[in-house]
Amino acid sequence: MQNVLDKVTANPKFHEFIAMRSTYSIVMAIVSAAAYYGFILLVAFNKEFLATKVGAGMTMSIGVPIGVGVIVFTIILTWVYVRRANTEFDATNEAIIKEAQK
Amino acid sequence: MTKLTQILAGFLALAVAGGAIAAGADLGNTAKQATNWTAIVMFAIFVGGTLYITKWAASKTKSAADFYTGGGGITGFQNGLAIAGDYMSAASFLGISGLVFANGFDGLIFSIGWLVGWPVITFLMAERLRNLGKFTFADVASYRFAQTPVRIFAASASLVIVAFYMIAQMVGAGQLIKVLFGMEYLYAEILVGSVMMMYVLFGGMTATTWVQIIKACMLLGGATFMAVSVLLQFGFSPEALFVKAVEVHSKGDALMSPGALIKDPVSAISVGMALMFGTAGLPHILMRFFTVPNAKEARKSVAWATTWIGYFYILTFIIGFGAITNLVQNPTDFYVGGELAKGLKGGGNMAAVHLAKAVGGDLFLGFISAVAFATILAVVAGLTLSGASAVSHDLYASVFAKGCTSEQELRVSKITTVCLGVLAVVLGIAFEKENVAYMVMLAFVIACSSNFPVLFMSVLWKNCTTRGAVVGGFVGLASAVILTIGSASVWEAVMLNPKGSAWFPYNSAAIFSMSAAFFTIWLVSILDNSPQAQKERALYPSQQLRSETGLGASGASGH
Repeated sequence: MQNVLDKVTANPKFHEFIAMRSTYSIVMAIVSAAAYYGFILLVAFNKEFLATKVGAGMTMSIGVPIGVGVIVFTIILTWVYVRRANTEFDATNEAIIKEAQK
Repeated sequence: MTKLTQILAGFLALAVAGGAIAAGADLGNTAKQATNWTAIVMFAIFVGGTLYITKWAASKTKSAADFYTGGGGITGFQNGLAIAGDYMSAASFLGISGLVFANGFDGLIFSIGWLVGWPVITFLMAERLRNLGKFTFADVASYRFAQTPVRIFAASASLVIVAFYMIAQMVGAGQLIKVLFGMEYLYAEILVGSVMMMYVLFGGMTATTWVQIIKACMLLGGATFMAVSVLLQFGFSPEALFVKAVEVHSKGDALMSPGALIKDPVSAISVGMALMFGTAGLPHILMRFFTVPNAKEARKSVAWATTWIGYFYILTFIIGFGAITNLVQNPTDFYVGGELAKGLKGGGNMAAVHLAKAVGGDLFLGFISAVAFATILAVVAGLTLSGASAVSHDLYASVFAKGCTSEQELRVSKITTVCLGVLAVVLGIAFEKENVAYMVMLAFVIACSSNFPVLFMSVLWKNCTTRGAVVGGFVGLASAVILTIGSASVWEAVMLNPKGSAWFPYNSAAIFSMSAAFFTIWLVSILDNSPQAQKERALYPSQQLRSETGLGASGASGH
């Protein structure tokens, strides 16, 4: 086991891989936080914009589709990450471990 | 097993008898009594069914590992439903739909806040938690640190969070059952306390998870039916729904715009931080990452949980507006004394419950009431399990009785479960007349200021040390509590100081307490040059290897 661990640690591909994956997950976290805080800052600073009607003579305000959009966006973003992590990242991860176990 | 069956049978009889006594005391109001019975029968079916599952789960719960994680064999999809179940408490179902009913758009702002913590957990925490941990999040936080101080910190923070969350749930449960079932507050508390104790005590994590899954399905199904019924009334046009709501609601067009709910930008951001990062520090949520077999399933769990929770919040928004269009025009049935000015029967949080009656009649009202009760039961069971594991795994097995056997650990966790169950009932009764509205928020603020920073820094920052984590964690915990006491929701609303005297001017302490925790962890860690600290830094690469690749991660215990 120790041998495998050492081999993985010594493999430059491993470090490249975790650096890439960390960057990806941090970027995704920032994107989701930006969507949320963008919305919250609109609530805090520009209530009028959110209260604007979606169209002339309409009752629905633009805030409703934006708010529901943030929810849907959050769900989609999560699935995008999980899809990639569960296929591409896991495959790379396994390949690196397999290589060390040879 | 026969003993358990006897207890179950006796208990069911007791539950029905308790309902009968309460209904008997309510003879003056016959109409109300009839609906009570539908709800009680439906609830009894739920309790009967879940206790049957508990009996099955009990046969599978033999070791400490089974008790804490259900053997680690739950799939990502199932676990996602269970996590969603833990998160969709009665407070969020009734509270958010009530908020939409009263303020319209503002309710949506809150529900979005409750959702956005999930991507953070998915992207940064889920797989690392699964790869490093075994039973509790303290396993993860203390991976390369001195066990005793980190575990003591983690257990204290977890118990404080569990206590506040639990009080809010128990008091909510008592009040809700009083309104829905016409049952005495005291009986309601004892009922919730004993049923949830049975789940946890006999069925451990397996039973707690299945109760949560069943409840999540019932809640999602019930809420979907309500939202579809509402949309059906308006030919599936949200615009038509909004037009009608604006027409009948006293707030008129203000329903469609953000109102006074969020006063100043600092509060807005601070509340946002508590919701976003607090979720990643709640012990009863974090423990669910150890019930799945590997990191792949852990990721799937959060993705499913996020999907269900997001979907649920969209439903509550529709339900809130549906309540406006259905209830306001029918004050005789739904308002105190038939007058709009006196408010909804049972209070503003009853909007969803009354809507259930409006769209589905008494039978559906009974169903939704039973679901609301089941929701509290399931959430309280999850909280109790996480509190019990903090005591038995983090304090007993890792600090006070190192090297104890799995049987001893299991025994302590069961004793703790009983103690926590009794404590929950006692606290529920003690806080009956208190204002507990701030407590769920406080639990989130503490979680984002203590557990989350410690977990985050220990896993992702190589220079973090035991000293830094423990001191920083306690600083976050203390500042979260102290600043919350100084805010208007506690200083004025609970401690009854004069209006305007609150010395902490914002809605949430998170922005300050969470920053204080991170800063302290950083400062104390970089100043820490003890041999222990150097050892801990040297251990980071091997921790990172395991957290990133899953090599050496504990697998399913294999049943």
